[in-house]
Amino acid sequence: MSQSASVPATPATPATPATPATRPDSASAAAAAESTANSTVAWTADEMMSIAAARALRGGMSCFVGIGLPSTAANLARRTHAPDLVLIYESGCLGAKPDRLPLSIGDGVLAETADAVVSVPEVFNYWLQPGRIDVGFLGAAQLDRFGNINTTVIGSDYADPAVRLPGAGGAPEIATSCREVFVVVRQSRRTFVEQVDFVTSVGHGRGPGDRARLGLPGAGPVLVITDLGVFRPDPDTRELTLTELHPGVELDQVRAATGWELAVAADLARTPAPTDQELIALRALTKAGS
Amino acid sequence: MAEIVSLPDAVADLVHDGDVVALEGFTHLIPVAAGQEIIRQRRRDLTLVRMTPDIVYDQMIGAGCARKLIFSWGGNPGVGSLHRFRDAVQHAWPVPLELEEHSHAGMANRYVAGASGLPFAVLRGYRGTDLPAHTATIKPITCPFTGEQLVAVPALNPDVTIVHAQRADRAGNVQMWGITGVQKEAVLAARRSLVTVEEVVAELEPRPGAVVLPTWAVTRVAEVPRGAHPSYAQDYYERDNDYYQAWDPISRDRDAFTRWLDEHVFAGAASPQPAVSAGGGPGASTPTNAGSTS
Repeated sequence: MSQSASVPATPATPATPATPATRPDSASAAAAAESTANSTVAWTADEMMSIAAARALRGGMSCFVGIGLPSTAANLARRTHAPDLVLIYESGCLGAKPDRLPLSIGDGVLAETADAVVSVPEVFNYWLQPGRIDVGFLGAAQLDRFGNINTTVIGSDYADPAVRLPGAGGAPEIATSCREVFVVVRQSRRTFVEQVDFVTSVGHGRGPGDRARLGLPGAGPVLVITDLGVFRPDPDTRELTLTELHPGVELDQVRAATGWELAVAADLARTPAPTDQELIALRALTKAGS
Repeated sequence: MAEIVSLPDAVADLVHDGDVVALEGFTHLIPVAAGQEIIRQRRRDLTLVRMTPDIVYDQMIGAGCARKLIFSWGGNPGVGSLHRFRDAVQHAWPVPLELEEHSHAGMANRYVAGASGLPFAVLRGYRGTDLPAHTATIKPITCPFTGEQLVAVPALNPDVTIVHAQRADRAGNVQMWGITGVQKEAVLAARRSLVTVEEVVAELEPRPGAVVLPTWAVTRVAEVPRGAHPSYAQDYYERDNDYYQAWDPISRDRDAFTRWLDEHVFAGAASPQPAVSAGGGPGASTPTNAGSTS
């Protein structure tokens, strides 16, 4: 899976104070107001990102988990609102229930707590490829306006790259065969690029109809969560569109961290601020995992 | 029937310059001691195969053992990049490294084809990615029954596959459990195989979910306690996460790496270190039976 540590520098965003919701008429704004009232400590942009990503996972879903940011979010979801989330790791662990954050996709705690441990050919051929898994949760070194993912090389020459990244891992087939894909990535002009240097895993290709033309059965990236906000593909153009701003983040900040002309949803919402409960659970998880 | 020998003898017998060599183990049961023995015996021009080249392949590549790498994900899990691997790809140090790059699903299916005695495997993968443009071993194929466009990948049949397991009995039957990855397929796909084990026991007790490789499917077995360190062996020892962290600064610097190699791999052949205590950083990586008698 992609390793966030190999990604070029990301913006160091200072701890962001909670900002009251700006749209009191919407459900999310109401939730934000309530959350803000419940939140008594400052949080970082990274924490907001992991919490927003965790909230996207619902109980009973099966989730193919990439290591790094996706694993943090998926394990946080299991510890908060989705205790029956089914975590699937490419090492062959189906239904892993780790009590601490695993450092790799094959830590012992994953095998010891799994409903079943199967071989690597089996996890890809029997479980992933037929479309049995609801959500594939991926990271990225680069992501483009159509949600295509690069974890292979930075630079235009594959044979002589500026930066050699770890490579594909399980991601191309996760992006092909899961019913939906969520991506979590720290956002900057280095990571949010007009077009990826290398398509490791296909998002929406170059636009509408591309996934169908390529014969990709899953819906592709339906949600991208960053440290600044949340993006969804436009139903018509398939271009990633900003649909939520995290608390304390201004629209100009997101534009400045996007390598293309950013599309913004007409009904742009505010992400509800983290609750104390979410922050406590996240900090317990990351502390235990380090 | 598998012959039970020392690790140095097994590597000397089975691994030759220019061979296609696969070391498998998916995070768990990585045959690190065997990889370091290949470095110690100064094998060259190897085509190294591994789904997840991590620290031991970083060491082998940095030591100049490999001319080519067939892989699907190269990194230091949970830490970051492999710096010896990057140095070889980006700066051809110490020697150029050719890449043949796949996805996990593709690599797993290549081993399945190899183990099955078939020339290729079929999967629904790679479509729309840039990988087929750079990897000659990914080709489109049309299903003769449905017309669906799929992808074919050729069988992997390494000259030698090396894996690590918890136990073998004295007859050379091998037993492994926990995350067993692609090891069965990798061993059955290979012309020759070496299994290093935590211990050789009188009799294998049945274990739920265990993979058993019968002695007649394995070429050599070598007893190498802690032979998977710094990865782990379920029910024997935990993953040494500190080692993975400590590897990062050593591997970033050619001089630091070369010193590490001299002190902890090459020195091991002349004066085998005593049994390694629990934990320990990269300095504690010398296999316990390096240079031991068979």
